[in-house]
Amino acid sequence: MSTLASSFSILTQPGVFVYLLRGIAFTCIISVLGVILGLILGSLLALARTYCKKGPARILGWLSAAYIELFRNTPYLLWIFVCVVFCPCPAFFAHKMFGLTSVEMKLLFKAALALILFNSSVIAEIVRGGLNGVAKGQFEAGYSQGFNTAQVLLYIILPQAYRNIVPTLLSQVITTIKDSSYLANVATIELMARIRQLLSAAGTYNGLGTVNVSDVMVLFGTACVIYFVINFTLSCIVRSMQTRRKKALVFAPAKAA
Amino acid sequence: MSGVFSMDAWATVWNHRESFLLGLGNTLLTACFALALALAIGILLGLLATSGKKPLQFIARVYVEFIQNTPLLLQLCFLYYALAFAGLSMGVIRTGIVALGVYTGAYMGEVVRAAIESVPKGQFEAAQAQGFGYLQRMAYIILPQSIPVMLPPMVNQVVNLFKNTSCLYIVGGADLISVTYSFVTGASTGGAYAPAYIVCGAIFFVVCFPLSTLATRWEASLKERKGRADPALTAAKKAAVLKEAA
Repeated sequence: MSTLASSFSILTQPGVFVYLLRGIAFTCIISVLGVILGLILGSLLALARTYCKKGPARILGWLSAAYIELFRNTPYLLWIFVCVVFCPCPAFFAHKMFGLTSVEMKLLFKAALALILFNSSVIAEIVRGGLNGVAKGQFEAGYSQGFNTAQVLLYIILPQAYRNIVPTLLSQVITTIKDSSYLANVATIELMARIRQLLSAAGTYNGLGTVNVSDVMVLFGTACVIYFVINFTLSCIVRSMQTRRKKALVFAPAKAA
Repeated sequence: MSGVFSMDAWATVWNHRESFLLGLGNTLLTACFALALALAIGILLGLLATSGKKPLQFIARVYVEFIQNTPLLLQLCFLYYALAFAGLSMGVIRTGIVALGVYTGAYMGEVVRAAIESVPKGQFEAAQAQGFGYLQRMAYIILPQSIPVMLPPMVNQVVNLFKNTSCLYIVGGADLISVTYSFVTGASTGGAYAPAYIVCGAIFFVVCFPLSTLATRWEASLKERKGRADPALTAAKKAAVLKEAA
């Protein structure tokens, strides 16, 4: 029992709380960035794959299809390693910032880039599903109103596609938050990495000089609770959205059709 | 990137092809056993969730929510370190099989639940009216109808499972990714980054791409067939077409 008490005392050590809090912040920032930038890149990919089917633009369609399939069928960790080795980091990011050393900033940039690249392929498939759900007549209606292709896409097709996929995108945020824990393999800034750091130094923090099972339980348990609270909140939002949509579908079938 | 064209680097990779194959073997081994465990857990969870009994449904719900809302990496680390510090370590591969099986099982459970729920309620009632017990009802009436619905998303989960074996790296596994990484950073073999990563990526791609393409095609054809078979859906589509034309 005394080891358990001393394990809990790790969490109340000065600095540990802030250290973890910053880890949570980095996890959230990286995930949100990964989803937003991934959504932009993924939308372009999805548009190319869905609509570039004729003429010389076909090559664009093929390229985006190849990109999507390549990233979808290889593990995220591989892309982290690839980016860490090969991706150049612009000088702008290679400075001391946000309380991180320049080395950590470089790693953060590369790891976040890997997340964006990987995420964009997954999101592209989600957006493509949304695009396929938009009726073809919408295009013709837009053209007949004198819109050009870019305007039709921007004002008519994409808004409808996005509205259809909001719940799926939100669940992708959950996946991204979970995936960001893979960064613990290279960087030392997000929640999972910091928990591991704390565990490796648990012997000095708990005042016993040794790392015990209770330290593992307490530290990883804390991480579990944090991840669970964030993700469960999101998944509750997703679920309430989906039920509301289903209800709307039932009561207004004509609109849905 | 210059390493891509260096013959020496490619030769190093070729000379160490056995370690890559060993990594692939470990990854496949982990994935296969984890899949068996995941299927068992998934079917059990699916049956619990559709049993209609509140406490059983609650158990399935808690399991799925807890597993799906925490990262796989954390679960694996938790299991591995807890066992290691308690002196009960059972090896990286076996720990990986358990963690991956438990994680994928939650997703399989959702797939099974959705598939069983997609069978019209009248089928349950008709089976019950014919005097079928629970097991008979499931085995003869419900599962045969839900398995085709279940399979495509399950194939997708297999792809995810295969990719997720990369999480073993964090506890020092011997799977494909870990082997690749120790190859490129090894003292005698180090430096051949580009060829090693290309080989590793290619192996993953060769395994996953056919599976994920199969799942997508299968799902699409299933949807089409269902649309043709379901008169209500066809009617709704026709109404929509008419409305558009009007």
